[in-house]
Amino acid sequence: MSTLHEAFARARREGRAALIGYLPSGFPSQAEGIALATAMVEAGVDIVEVGLPYSDPLMDGPVIQAAVHQALTGGSSLANVLATVEAVAATGAPTLVMSYWNPIERVGVGSFAARLARAGGVGVITPDLPPDEADAWLEATTSAGLDRVFLVAPSSTDARIGAVAGATTGFVYAASTMGVTGARAAVGAGARELVARVRAVTDLPVAVGLGVSTGEQAAQVAGYADGVIVGSAFIQRILDAPDHAAALVAVRALAGELAAGVRAGSPAVTR
Amino acid sequence: MTLHLTNLGLIPADSAVPDAAGHFGAFGGRFVPEALVAALDELAAAYAAARTDPTFLAELDHLARTYTGRPTPITEVPRFAAAGDVPGRIVLKREDLNHTGSHKINNVLGQALLTVRMGKRRVIAETGAGQHGVATATAAALLGLDCVVYMGLEDTRRQALNVARMKLLGAEVIPVTSGSQTLKDAINEAMRDWVTNVADTHYLLGTVAGPHPFPQMVRDFHRVIGVEARAQLLEEFDRLPDAVAACVGGGSNAIGIFHAFLDDAEVALHGYEAGGDGVATGRHAATITGGSVGVLHGTRSFLLQDDEGQTIESHSISAGLDYPGVGPEHAYLAQVGRAHYHPITDAEAMDAFGLLSRTEGIIPAIETAHALAGALQLGRTLGPDALILVNCSGRGDKDVATAARWFGIELGEGV
Repeated sequence: MSTLHEAFARARREGRAALIGYLPSGFPSQAEGIALATAMVEAGVDIVEVGLPYSDPLMDGPVIQAAVHQALTGGSSLANVLATVEAVAATGAPTLVMSYWNPIERVGVGSFAARLARAGGVGVITPDLPPDEADAWLEATTSAGLDRVFLVAPSSTDARIGAVAGATTGFVYAASTMGVTGARAAVGAGARELVARVRAVTDLPVAVGLGVSTGEQAAQVAGYADGVIVGSAFIQRILDAPDHAAALVAVRALAGELAAGVRAGSPAVTR
Repeated sequence: MTLHLTNLGLIPADSAVPDAAGHFGAFGGRFVPEALVAALDELAAAYAAARTDPTFLAELDHLARTYTGRPTPITEVPRFAAAGDVPGRIVLKREDLNHTGSHKINNVLGQALLTVRMGKRRVIAETGAGQHGVATATAAALLGLDCVVYMGLEDTRRQALNVARMKLLGAEVIPVTSGSQTLKDAINEAMRDWVTNVADTHYLLGTVAGPHPFPQMVRDFHRVIGVEARAQLLEEFDRLPDAVAACVGGGSNAIGIFHAFLDDAEVALHGYEAGGDGVATGRHAATITGGSVGVLHGTRSFLLQDDEGQTIESHSISAGLDYPGVGPEHAYLAQVGRAHYHPITDAEAMDAFGLLSRTEGIIPAIETAHALAGALQLGRTLGPDALILVNCSGRGDKDVATAARWFGIELGEGV
């Protein structure tokens, strides 16, 4: 198992951005989800985000909503999420969980962090937990040795960016645009400026998510960010595939295209 | 009697809760995507400036008197009390007589004026029963704002009349087909719209839930209900009530009438939640009675959830109470023991609905009927000297089809 730090360092040595892929656990089924995430890694994804399916995903657009709904209908549970993490981490790719806050608080922050660490997870992304409300979470993640990833947005003030970066470990998640998850024709124009503002206050890697769906967009983002995060585009390919075999092919193809994209991003990331 | 919002309506600046970050004890706060933090900060700052600005307060006061119809009267309902075997007296605060038919307009006008002050041109809202959507569409028409209302598909069927009203008022109504297709999902969809369009859009949240500053701000705009009622009781009955009763979904009408009595230790405060088929059946919306502490829609409070933090769908005959969360200040008041919360089943609420209609000629909203049923239960335990104040939060015009079905009255069949 490699850590987030090592994954970003390796990408940097290779003069490229890291590729981060998202899939919700239990989609389209527990076993198929694990196979798809494994295929992502084999085809070039460096870091995997396993989504914890939640009943009220208010940061997510229709594509991820549909996948999460399917996972919940299929009987998703925390045990299943942890099993997915364990299986994906076994590929060697650092594996995080992306979870809305209530499922973490409900299980107990200490218990959640400890169980995730035991399953081989390296960190957690919490899209609806601002650092202001995160005191217990900072303690729990530190104690479990997990990275904790908070988000910044184009609307964040410099003071907020400083506070978020100060609470974050692993990498800072920069939302490219104001909105929910989902593919867009163009990555938000404010993303580059946002990344620059984050870099001004921290040495942590900065990864850009929301709206990246093609190799071309990945190359563009890789020109200024340390990581490129793709979720809805993978899920759309899976939803469009007639069967699991076709989904595997489609996911590999997209991961390959994006992996080429983060390597085409020019100039190489310099610090 | 003349009542003025300008000197009675809003909370003094030194109110103990919430704290500066919106915490009511262990509840409240702000659990939102970072993208919304700037908008919430902007809103909090705009509201903080407005609540002490004489110009803003005068505008709000003017609209309350000339447009909403404030102050609303209080009405004693002796035939209702007698028919319900209550020896004491029951008095209704008549928020049902407000323009648009419920208390919702109090908050909506306040936030709509703030929207204009913030230079935004578009408001979005969620609605369950449709009362908040109608009130928002009304204020948007009045102030020339664009208006989009999110409403669960299930609720658009239950409350078809209010959908038509919103459309007549020029609003766009978007049926929400995700999740349980009710109020909770309408809030999710409104949040998604807001995070996308926050630069020119205000989310005109309709209850005392959501992230800070909504619970505080919405409470303040409804506080006039209790302030008026308290003064009216003192003038007409020369005393304070023994108890105040209100229905609680998100809890805006209840907070509005409770708040002026918080410091009156001798006044008991009772909130009545939607018990649906009965709390024991699991098919209910009694969040404080049957829920647990968690985070939903940006705030920490009680909610209906399973062991892994997934929201459990609520059930109630009343679309306006059919919500698996509750405002954080209610959670706080329950925890510190200042207010008490009880479930009322669909059947108990509908009995009270029918009784008030037949004995007093007032058809209440089904939401309100939960408070009326609670007042009857409470009144039977109190003596003949007891005085109970009930917030008659809305009128039942929107519920005629539901009530007709419940009571077996056939529509469109002549007599």
